[in-house]
Amino acid sequence: MSKIVGKKDVLYISSLSKIEIDEDKMEIFTKEFNKILDYMDKLNELDTEGVEPTSHVLDITNVFRKDVPYSTSKTFPGALSRDEALKNAPEKESGHFKVPIVIEN
Amino acid sequence: MLNIKIKELRQKLSDKDISAVELIKYYHNRINRYDPEIKSFISLNETALEEASLIDQKRAKGDHLPPFAGIPIALKDLIITKNIPTTCGSKILEHFIPPYDATVTKHLKDAGFIIMGKLNMDEFAMGSSCETSYFNKTRNPWDTNRVPGGSSGGSAAAVAARLIPLSLGSDTGGSIRQPGALCGVVGLKPTYGRVSRYGLVAFASSLDQIGPFTTNVEDTAEIMTVIGKHDDKDSTSAKIDNDNYMSDLSGNIKGLKIGLPKEYFSESLNDELKNSIFDALKIMEKCGAEIVDIDMPHTEYAVAVYYIIATAEASSNLARYDGVKYGYRADGKNLNDMYVHTKSSGFGEEVKRRIMLGTYALSSGYYDAYYLKAQKVRTLIKNDFISAFKKVDLIATPTSPTTAFKLGEKLKDPLQMYLNDIYTIPLNLYGGCGISIPCGFDKKMLPLGLQLLGGYFEESKLLNCAYAFERATDWHTKVPDWLEKE
Repeated sequence: MSKIVGKKDVLYISSLSKIEIDEDKMEIFTKEFNKILDYMDKLNELDTEGVEPTSHVLDITNVFRKDVPYSTSKTFPGALSRDEALKNAPEKESGHFKVPIVIEN
Repeated sequence: MLNIKIKELRQKLSDKDISAVELIKYYHNRINRYDPEIKSFISLNETALEEASLIDQKRAKGDHLPPFAGIPIALKDLIITKNIPTTCGSKILEHFIPPYDATVTKHLKDAGFIIMGKLNMDEFAMGSSCETSYFNKTRNPWDTNRVPGGSSGGSAAAVAARLIPLSLGSDTGGSIRQPGALCGVVGLKPTYGRVSRYGLVAFASSLDQIGPFTTNVEDTAEIMTVIGKHDDKDSTSAKIDNDNYMSDLSGNIKGLKIGLPKEYFSESLNDELKNSIFDALKIMEKCGAEIVDIDMPHTEYAVAVYYIIATAEASSNLARYDGVKYGYRADGKNLNDMYVHTKSSGFGEEVKRRIMLGTYALSSGYYDAYYLKAQKVRTLIKNDFISAFKKVDLIATPTSPTTAFKLGEKLKDPLQMYLNDIYTIPLNLYGGCGISIPCGFDKKMLPLGLQLLGGYFEESKLLNCAYAFERATDWHTKVPDWLEKE
């Protein structure tokens, strides 16, 4: 299959991942990207018809806990206070995280 | 002191041959003296001496102390430590000071360990040389022009230079075993689900696992008794009783079947490395083990599978670094702009590349071709292991295709760097346990690593075999000449 990823595709992936590639690095980035994808195409040598995909190696089931506040929970004592939770925020105001304008006028 | 075991340190402390303060000072001195060159630590715990002094006071009073009271340990900087910066080797978390402890951190503190500091790593554990760290390029103590391996390069180098008696790292595709081999120390990747991932900053959630670096196998077994426990806070933590990691260390491997997969010994494998593995197997045979040829036909596809699955999971896990709740934020005229600027200037090249690869593999139209295909081939690789373990107890391979390479040698070629993990990656895809132990030196006096692989929750068997080998050799006791012996 090995579809070549071009600048336009890289820009699309950029927009999905919210990561911009500097214009001067675009060429080398695209080249490396294709080289890695080419290598991954190796998987097409294998017939995987009927093979179950593995998303997780162990048999696991959902873990439930009692629906009680962390502050009174024995399993999860010491819930974070609002101040602790906000301590690392780049910007905060009145006990909330603060972000730049979302909807512009 | 350089090859002192944890159990001996415990004895010295409880006999008051040495105080906890003296012990911390001993390692502080070594860090001050050698780490400016090795660059293994990102940060030091400023309260380590106070904590040690408190332990000494309690001991003097005859108070009950936990079993490891006063033993120093250091952690890879992606294991969350309350009030000690946890950077993941990234600019985006440069000033992040966690408000809580990871489960392993809590276990260590409860057992009396003193956290000495946090160790350097490839940014978000993405790399095999420790060179993608935003902060420093850690050097290999055996040759400071060479890399220590990665991503847990700081954790391996610090133990190799005896700047710390033991450390923790994490292994997603070989990030404990490969630097363990390149630095000549013991590195264990436990079975997936064995050690809690709560508070381990996620890279690829279906593959990540915390494990120790030590100077000998007994210490590995000992630290596993502290960290290898079920945890309700990690939904992927296995409900398996604590193994008798220590009491199962008999060194008796009579009748143990060790598989030799030909796929791991290709023509491109360096002769010195190949011969050292065969020499190691001869020693195992002398100890009573039986060597059996096995096939693992899908091995060659592991790297491709891994770099699809790991990057896909990473693209989702790393979405959280958005400049809102914690970490670095760049300016932007609106929210979306801020996201883009934060991620673009906060992440390094390799992390950006992997997020974008993962995003591509999961994107509409490519999901089946890449992600689903990779998951199916993962099943085939897993089945290779399951079939192998029907015939043998353990598998022996080289840990890494080469010894430590020079700084910068592979940094410009991402694919070459990825291929460096060719012998360690398959195990993560399967989920079993694996260990790298020192098995010699090449002509340049660079350490060689033997990798032993085990089935799910077979740590006791794995450690016992490694222990038998270690008792018959002295490779693990070697320390680079330029580091003063005491």
